[in-house]
Amino acid sequence: MKPAPFDYLAPETIEQACEHLAAAGGGATVLAGGQTLLPLLALRMSQPFVLVDINRIAALGGIIRVAGGTRIGPIVRQNEAIEDATLASRLPLVVRATRHVAHHQIRNRGTIGGSIALGEPAAELPATAVALGATLEVRSTRGTRRIPAEEFYFGPYATALEQDELLSAVHFPDWEPDTVSLFRELAQRPGDFALLGLSGALTLEERRITRAGIAWFGMGPTPMKARQLEAALVGQSIDALDPRALAELAIADTAPFDDHHASAEYRRTVGRHVFARTWREALDSRKVA
Amino acid sequence: MSQHPIRLTINGRPHEANVEARLTLSDFLRSKAGYTGVHVGCEHGVCGACTIVVDGRAVRACLMLAVQADGTRITTVEGLAAADGTLHPVQQALRDEHGLQCGFCTPGIVMTLAALTDGPEPPSADTLLEALSGHLCRCTGYQGIRRAAIKLAKKPGAGRP
Repeated sequence: MKPAPFDYLAPETIEQACEHLAAAGGGATVLAGGQTLLPLLALRMSQPFVLVDINRIAALGGIIRVAGGTRIGPIVRQNEAIEDATLASRLPLVVRATRHVAHHQIRNRGTIGGSIALGEPAAELPATAVALGATLEVRSTRGTRRIPAEEFYFGPYATALEQDELLSAVHFPDWEPDTVSLFRELAQRPGDFALLGLSGALTLEERRITRAGIAWFGMGPTPMKARQLEAALVGQSIDALDPRALAELAIADTAPFDDHHASAEYRRTVGRHVFARTWREALDSRKVA
Repeated sequence: MSQHPIRLTINGRPHEANVEARLTLSDFLRSKAGYTGVHVGCEHGVCGACTIVVDGRAVRACLMLAVQADGTRITTVEGLAAADGTLHPVQQALRDEHGLQCGFCTPGIVMTLAALTDGPEPPSADTLLEALSGHLCRCTGYQGIRRAAIKLAKKPGAGRP
């Protein structure tokens, strides 16, 4: 047995889970899919006193349509999301991004909420939540908070989630039917964390962009929303824009870092190309439409 | 350091045990339940050797706690071949295509391919090859493994026991 000893609780309601988290006074860790937590336990990088396993809480599952959007239960497995008909029609970007999360076997256990709550800066789903304007609902014995994804991430693995709070739902707003997905990532091997990537959506009326939501992953300490790019796109015709100027704007709001995989400069250079290719793909998809 | 009673089905047989919370499912299957076909390599989800099928899905046994397996139906590599020794189609395909060398990574690969091909129709070769990216073979014997996967994808109904 490699993990340090801990107590294990498997509540069946959100209220019970919140009570356990409150009672532990910061000594508890939530166990969702466990695909990041179990390696951390095995390596003893994480040594909680209590694990609160939320997998038996039915109210945390399911993908349902709600007014103005889609609610994804945090313990929905990543592969369930990929196979879901509602997401395929309403949130194709979420499906596309989720396909890039880790490996098939990991996605069979890993959850949508786990990835979003963890706040790994190179992960696909936090950036996708930020890009699409998702709202994260968090619960505790103190009540319910709804936090825009854009305000949720403070730094690598640092989020707005307090120690006694549980992510209880992820709400994605509807995007109009005439929306193009933008997604591309660069990884050293299939299934690895991305060196960097882009996730986003553009809504078009005829050929005019009416709404844009775009965010980077692996390009800073948190998901990085490409605000200047979005501002430059909205209201414009897709034919009238200069792709080179857009590529510069696309990386204007990033803060990439040097690590043993790549330098910040490499990430910026590749980021411009990633944007340019994704943009071309979006234009090509409009030619057929 | 809580202890928990669990009941689960492994390869069609019911099992009951009392497990410490921190015991991983891979360690439980190997050392408590005796299914040593569950190979433990990296013990943190990277290598894929311990992959088993839990409720129809291929998962890493080292990335689940034994206590989480309460109430589940598990298949390990020991549960695939027929009682008379007839190999499961995935095992047969790997044998036909020389899809193993030292054999350490093999049970995990077999379970991933079995889970994906045991459905109503076998998936595309792309799907199977993409899923194989979740396994490391330190002999680097990937060509034979790839051939076996492609064979399983092409023959309609090939994965069914």
